[in-house]
Amino acid sequence: MGAGRLYAAVAAGGFRRYATYRAATAAGVFANTVFGLILVHTYLALWDERPQLGGYDQAQAVTYVWLGQALLAAAAIGGGGFEDELMERIRTGDVAIDLYRPADLQLWWLAADLGRAAFQLLGRGVVPFAFGALFFDVELPSRPGVWAAFLVAVVLGMVVSFGIRYLVALSAFWLIDGTGVAQMAWLAGFFCSGMLLPLNVFPGGLGEAVRALPWSSLLQAPADVLLGKADALGTFAFQAAWAVALLAAGRLVQSAATRRVVVQGG
Amino acid sequence: MAESSAAGRRVGENRLVDGVRAYRMIAAMWIRSTMAYRASFAMTTLGNFAATALDFVAILLMFSRVDALGGYALPEVAFLYGLSSVSFGLADLAIGSMDRLGRRLRDGTLDTLLVRPAPVLAQVAADRFALRRLGRVTQGALVLAYALWTVDIDWTVPKLLLMPVALVSGAGIFGAVFVAGAAFQFVAQDASEAQNAFTYGGTTLLQYPPTIFGKELVRGVTFVLPLAFVNWLPAAYVLDRPYPLGLPGWVAFTPPVVAVACGALAGLAWRAGLRTYRSTGS
Repeated sequence: MGAGRLYAAVAAGGFRRYATYRAATAAGVFANTVFGLILVHTYLALWDERPQLGGYDQAQAVTYVWLGQALLAAAAIGGGGFEDELMERIRTGDVAIDLYRPADLQLWWLAADLGRAAFQLLGRGVVPFAFGALFFDVELPSRPGVWAAFLVAVVLGMVVSFGIRYLVALSAFWLIDGTGVAQMAWLAGFFCSGMLLPLNVFPGGLGEAVRALPWSSLLQAPADVLLGKADALGTFAFQAAWAVALLAAGRLVQSAATRRVVVQGG
Repeated sequence: MAESSAAGRRVGENRLVDGVRAYRMIAAMWIRSTMAYRASFAMTTLGNFAATALDFVAILLMFSRVDALGGYALPEVAFLYGLSSVSFGLADLAIGSMDRLGRRLRDGTLDTLLVRPAPVLAQVAADRFALRRLGRVTQGALVLAYALWTVDIDWTVPKLLLMPVALVSGAGIFGAVFVAGAAFQFVAQDASEAQNAFTYGGTTLLQYPPTIFGKELVRGVTFVLPLAFVNWLPAAYVLDRPYPLGLPGWVAFTPPVVAVACGALAGLAWRAGLRTYRSTGS
């Protein structure tokens, strides 16, 4: 089996695994829709006070809310991807079996996580977004090219998200229990991705700083491509640079971990 | 007849006493087990505090760009936030682990609880009692303290009395939502996330002034799922602000009644749910 086909199969497995739990998916869609409804009203009140806040008009702010709800699960902004499982495998020592396999640890989990993300984009993202577009005044591009660029930005965001969470998961090699790190990463992700509030609404220097961090690739970058607020190629370059840097860092940490750390056994 | 109803009442009281006793014993056991890893407890409590503080950070960020939201200034929004967060935090601390019921239904471990000589509801409520959730209560209390310090309230005796009553009743209302959510898991075991919309979603909704939401939504959370009684209605009275639906002033004092009614309905839902339980048998 060629390497490409192997990882494609792993990704398809990740997709199907999450597609199995239909009631959970429906519950997630419901929760995302309700949260979207609440957030839309807070954003509308905010933009009522300050029209053109952060360079968005009201329709764009509303679009941003529903994009956030659509990407929350797919980009694993609140965690909940492969990292809990990998940390558990490191804690129990099962990771030793993964390292024996004739497949690359990082690529294996990347493929599985992209499969999960693809399902959650379709299964959990589309319905809340469609609900928002149907019942609220949103601004969507009419040119298919913009939608294609948006999708590229979403996929790049997913890879960046994986890169961050892979580092978080590998911390378990040293800490054994990575719950604390995972929680900190979740908090940072929520704050710095623009899930809490669009990053262009953040005041002054703080806004500049969080925009430069990798988390802005997860939500802010795709949103700005869709809303026509950012140059697509520049955004891709920013996201790809972070993706490469994070994946390379993951490699380094992985090789350090497998060379120096004794696997848990028992 | 009189004798048997008195006996019935005694049995009812005993069940309540049994339930509280079982709850306290199980919760105490989980606290002891948590305290075996003190550093972990300190970190997760801090994490819980930080995670809930994030909601308030969002509000602060908004107020860094505007002076009022829906006609409410920051101290008034903080007042709403504090009331809602403390109420929700208390309910979450007491029975927030109930969303794990779905897992027990899937793997059949609920059976263990059914054969124990203690009310199932008390056992499920105390299951994995998480003291770290004090982080949320503390965070809400700090914001409430800040609000009370800064907000301009014309204090009267009824307003002072209403404060603790509202906090406890609010916890009761959220507690009823948790129990109803657990009951729903008997129907849809994987759907525990749906209740997040009402619990976490509910407290997020209540952190903002009712004036920014549509009339329909406000009507819904006043008359259908009465979350408005947690803080919107008491706060409207304390802050001397008109409630969007123009309800009479005495409604602000009804949260205890609403909490008891919600609790009774949730209890019925729980019983109905428990009766439908069929073990996985593995």
